[in-house]
Amino acid sequence: MSDPVIEASDVTRTFMISAGFMRGKQPLHAVNGISLNVERGEVLGIVGESGCGKTTLAKMMLGLLEPTSGTLRLDGKLVGAAHRIEVARILQPIFQDPYSSLNPRKSIGDIIMLPLKVQNDPDPATWRKRAEDIMDLVGLPTRVYNNYPNQLSGGQRQRVAIARALINRPKIVICDEPTSALDVSVQSQILNLLQDLRGEFGLTYVLISHNLAVVEHMATRVAVMYLGRIVEQADTDTLFKAPKHPYTQALLGSVLTPEPGLGVPDTHLGAAYPNPIDPPSGCTFHPRCAQVMDHCSKQAPPAVANGGMVECHLYAHGGGRKSPKRKSK
Amino acid sequence: MTKQILEIENLCVDIDVPSGVLRAVQNISFTVAKGETLSIVGESGCGKSITALSLMNLLPKSAKRSADKLTLDGRDLRDLNEREMSDLRGDAMAMIFQEPMTSLNPAYTIGNQLEEAMLRHRNVSTAEARDRAVFLLEKVGITAARSRLGQYPHQLSGGLRQRVMIAMSLMCEPALILADEPTTALDVTIQAQILHLLAELRHEFDSSLILITHDLGIVARVADRVAVMYAGEFVETGTTEQVFNAPSHPYTQGLLRCIPIPGKTKRGAHLGAIPGIVPNLVGRIEGCHFASRCPYADDACRTGDVALRPSFEKSHEYRCVLSPEICAANLKSGAAA
Ligand SMILES: Nc1ncnc2c1ncn2[C@@H]1O[C@H](COP(=O)(O)OP(=O)(O)OP(=O)(O)O)[C@@H](O)[C@H]1O
Ligand SMILES: Nc1ncnc2c1ncn2[C@@H]1O[C@H](COP(=O)(O)OP(=O)(O)OP(=O)(O)O)[C@@H](O)[C@H]1O
Ligand code: SF4
Ligand SMILES: [Mg+2]
Ligand SMILES: [Mg+2]
Repeated sequence: MSDPVIEASDVTRTFMISAGFMRGKQPLHAVNGISLNVERGEVLGIVGESGCGKTTLAKMMLGLLEPTSGTLRLDGKLVGAAHRIEVARILQPIFQDPYSSLNPRKSIGDIIMLPLKVQNDPDPATWRKRAEDIMDLVGLPTRVYNNYPNQLSGGQRQRVAIARALINRPKIVICDEPTSALDVSVQSQILNLLQDLRGEFGLTYVLISHNLAVVEHMATRVAVMYLGRIVEQADTDTLFKAPKHPYTQALLGSVLTPEPGLGVPDTHLGAAYPNPIDPPSGCTFHPRCAQVMDHCSKQAPPAVANGGMVECHLYAHGGGRKSPKRKSK
Repeated sequence: MTKQILEIENLCVDIDVPSGVLRAVQNISFTVAKGETLSIVGESGCGKSITALSLMNLLPKSAKRSADKLTLDGRDLRDLNEREMSDLRGDAMAMIFQEPMTSLNPAYTIGNQLEEAMLRHRNVSTAEARDRAVFLLEKVGITAARSRLGQYPHQLSGGLRQRVMIAMSLMCEPALILADEPTTALDVTIQAQILHLLAELRHEFDSSLILITHDLGIVARVADRVAVMYAGEFVETGTTEQVFNAPSHPYTQGLLRCIPIPGKTKRGAHLGAIPGIVPNLVGRIEGCHFASRCPYADDACRTGDVALRPSFEKSHEYRCVLSPEICAANLKSGAAA
């Protein structure tokens, strides 16, 4: 049964950006018509290359950015920037960079308690105790309570960000590249912690990451983005075993697992990086697609439901080619 | 016998810091053969970049380098003055930096910078240098290369800039390329493209490559030999197969358990961890540098220097008091735990 906690329907976000000296402003469709549900209790992975709109989508979910069109619902209620505080009670972010996402002039304790302050928590007498409890839970020694961010290691700072996100018991946590600034030995500790907390609090995660091995390890379902759109959605097993969209196939094909002797694969993607201000016609992926057909440059592909979803002409009319199976190992 | 391009013995780099002397690189020794790729892998702050910068003689002023041997293609780099070193840089040895903007000059077109890299070292005309620039830009997969020559670095995407850097490093067909995290800031698809390209070009020009990274996936796929670095020291060296298939040092074993490996790690299960933090490199560390985080550490590890020792095969060495047999047993039991 579907039980969505976040429902995005046909959401867009456009930025006006200057196209160059004396050329005026032009629209950049950072998020270009996304419909996506986040189901209660799942870990939804969102992947896609730099600039495809992942963070913009996350910021709209968090009520930090207003959609240009379309609607977002949280637990059935419409959200927008006007409801930021209500949103923050249910939904909390953990951002990429533990070095810049923490205010350097605030003590660790103050940083962790900030959501309570912002949300006007009625019981200030309990704040310190709650901060210490959550520090304990995320593996931060309480002796750093009065320290400042620059006195902590990268892994400890990311734990501060996690403690801050969890102190008021949100239902959903949006993790935008939670471990990409960290060493692997620290990354594994943070991922283990996120897994434990999910079990303990029954959390729902939206996990944005460049690291496909991390997404495959953590996510229960995955959405693949390309130039502001979701081009494929499927449960994790299906997506990684039998990717359908040619972009997903190229993306998974470029993952370098630590297995010696396999060499570096040729992605066959070409260097024709699209210009987001002037995206290619039809399917925006067509200039880089290894399986491009004549009509791909003329018509936008339909979204084909197949248990998950894929947006590609290859799968329209129920036909299309079979996806090549990924080498099993 | 294959020809060694780079031979290094007991390289040390000390950096003066307010609290004392930071021993960033401590007695590392290695060789790189012609056409070979050596990868130096390790966590943030272990000394990878300082090692590379010391070879290029580009260390910060507060740093001091020493070595018992340091030769490039038979030539002793220790006696060279700054002028002679800068003649070598970009010619016999070239470096690709992690952030291309630090080494591309924003005020000059990329054509200018590519040509200059060659005009400086070779007796060629501007037209010849330009032809070579176009040839290499096409090699690194940049389309309409000639028309790109007039562009400035900021007009290019990160992936394109990194390709320009690679082309620039190849202008004089260097014997040795040092690449410091050349793809860390890039998307996985572009990363794969650039590494694929680097491997191809290396074969074509028969250059040697030192590839510095903290990404074990890249190391496994690209390197012939691997050096694992921890707190200023090499703690394990060997062929890529030896280090990945039979890691001996407790640190290497721990690192390889930290990363999820599709198809091998169970989804959602706990990953391995290395609790604790790296030791402070200011001053002398008594005994094994890894002892404060090692699950097998005892008193023997904390007294006296721990030397590199051979594992089962001679070309495979590691720095630990434990015997190869015990390390092999630890690898098995640790994997099961
Ligand atoms: N405030 C802004 N003003 C103008 N353009 C913006 C703004 N924020 C984002 N963009 C543009 O919108 C697009 C999507 O950006 P976004 O940060 O969402 O990408 P992303 O998928 O998170 O990328 P990354 O993986 O690099 O974090 C990019 O082209 C970006 O340059
Ligand atoms: N200019 C400097 N002054 C003082 N200490 C320095 C300087 N540059 C580097 N260090 C120190 O030397 C040690 C080695 O640094 P290095 O940059 O080689 O690390 P790295 O292995 O390249 O790490 P990363 O993966 O983060 O790039 C670190 O402890 C670092 O703090
Ligand atoms: S010498 Fe001791 S502390 Fe160091 S790695 Fe070996 S067992 Fe661990
Ligand atoms: Mg982002
Ligand atoms: Mg470095």
